[in-house]
Amino acid sequence: MKKTLVNSLLLAALLTGSATVFAKGKDSLRVATTVKADADNAGLTLPKGFGALVVAENLNEPRHIAVTKEGDVYVKLASLQGGKGILWLHDANGDGKADEQKGFGNFKGTGMYVKDGYLYASSDEEVFRYKLDAGDKVINGNAPEKIVTGLLSRHEHEAKAITLDNSGNIYVNIGAYSNACQVKDRTKGSPGMKPCPILDSAGGIWQFKANQPNQTYGTGVRYATGLRNVVGINWNSDDNSLFVMQHGRDQLHDLFPTMFDAKQSAELPAECMFQVQKGTNCGWPYVYYDQLQHKKILAPEFGGDGKKTAGEDAVDPVVAFPGHLAPNGLLFYTGNQFPEKYKNGAFIAFHGSWNRAPEPQKGFFVAFVPFKNGKPSGDWEIFADGFAGGTNIASPGDAKHRPCGLAQGPDGSLYVSDDQGGTIFRIVYGK
Amino acid sequence: MKKIIITTAAFCCFSLYLIARQTQTPEVQESIARGEKLYTLYCLSCHQKSGNGVPHMNPPLVKTSYVTGDIKKLVTWVLKGSTENVEIDGKSYSNNMPAQTYLKDDQIADVLTYVRNSFGNSSSAITATEVKAIRATVK
Repeated sequence: MKKTLVNSLLLAALLTGSATVFAKGKDSLRVATTVKADADNAGLTLPKGFGALVVAENLNEPRHIAVTKEGDVYVKLASLQGGKGILWLHDANGDGKADEQKGFGNFKGTGMYVKDGYLYASSDEEVFRYKLDAGDKVINGNAPEKIVTGLLSRHEHEAKAITLDNSGNIYVNIGAYSNACQVKDRTKGSPGMKPCPILDSAGGIWQFKANQPNQTYGTGVRYATGLRNVVGINWNSDDNSLFVMQHGRDQLHDLFPTMFDAKQSAELPAECMFQVQKGTNCGWPYVYYDQLQHKKILAPEFGGDGKKTAGEDAVDPVVAFPGHLAPNGLLFYTGNQFPEKYKNGAFIAFHGSWNRAPEPQKGFFVAFVPFKNGKPSGDWEIFADGFAGGTNIASPGDAKHRPCGLAQGPDGSLYVSDDQGGTIFRIVYGK
Repeated sequence: MKKIIITTAAFCCFSLYLIARQTQTPEVQESIARGEKLYTLYCLSCHQKSGNGVPHMNPPLVKTSYVTGDIKKLVTWVLKGSTENVEIDGKSYSNNMPAQTYLKDDQIADVLTYVRNSFGNSSSAITATEVKAIRATVK
């Protein structure tokens, strides 16, 4: 039946003379984009056949983004622009470049998501939603509904990343205001606290109802715990479960110079992708994942020595990346524009490291992991690179662009935000 | 004529710069050299080799009054650390800074003299005696 439908659609497309739809393989249907890549691919390095263009630039620290079915882009800003914290970008002439821009919302933040007729946005303490009209435009930018309030924001890991499932729930990251839950944060010789008191109200993912106003800790559910900080978060509809990208702990060498040298500390621990269900524990602060030993290792603040394993009650990551690359965006690709390999796979926007110093910094790229049936089906690879604008980046402030948010357009284009240079990129296939 | 004035002015500026460099006594120059080693050990991973810090997380040490201003405030900051948001030029920095009480008076003097005379900064040296006096007031 599915095959018949696909064939009918293909036939219809051929009959209407459209050259934008073509079939590849037996039962897939790919849609070509109508926009052209920039001549220099916006400065990015991409796999063969892909191109990129700049959608908008000079925005004030664009964090997460959402693209509507009409192709408009909503951008959450970490720094107000003209007093506004959310931008609506519109491409009137269809060349892929935003030529109209409107701001609304008086709060800065990170979270941005469009679902079922609402735009969801987060500050560092609250989650709001704006009702959208049939064309996915915000009806009243001055009157959002407050969905969640009173979330902890104690400076470190304060961004409240959000995503929604298909059953009316919203998931909010509440990052731990600490590196490794020491009595004194980031202080050499200060022991780890067991049990870690932070985990009651932070260091995890909380689940709330997407449509109920003024929820707080009492009405939410601590869905997953033992997560130091998550900025990349996405619901995988293929597998019907939540995936998150953890920012792993810092400073193994600074705090334990006799156990870890500066080079080891630059690589460890892994930045982890976890699949989480209700009740999942990912192990922070007691363990970290060593991607070279492929083991959960007892954190040195809790008696570890870089070798002792622990964390039997904690899950293993589904993918382990090199340390400190700072995964800030996660997106499962469901579009029909990119080749079959990319279908249902994960794109991850890495913000780029700071805690590799004195080693050169790394990251500043968008990675890809192929997935089949909700599980990784191959190794991760760099998909889009060149954001930093150079190869020897000593300090993250030297990078030209730092990838942060990801979103998928209605034609299957991949959008990437950059909160350092203020650019929105769009990656297309078949330039 | 205009050219001559500009050239003379530039020459004067450069000479003043050289004089300023030379006015650093050998003691201060040695303090800066020792301070650089301490900076690499204890400060660099957060504040970075360039002293530029990390956007939104670790504050820059470049031309900020926190570094080039009041000595007492600066030494106290190093000894007590910080769990507060720091705001510099409209940008806020969120990571906690550990207290560096384990550093001796002369080490704090050296590392701060280095920081106050690096990354484009040019401020007075700090002595171990000054650090000792300030440490006595820090609870």
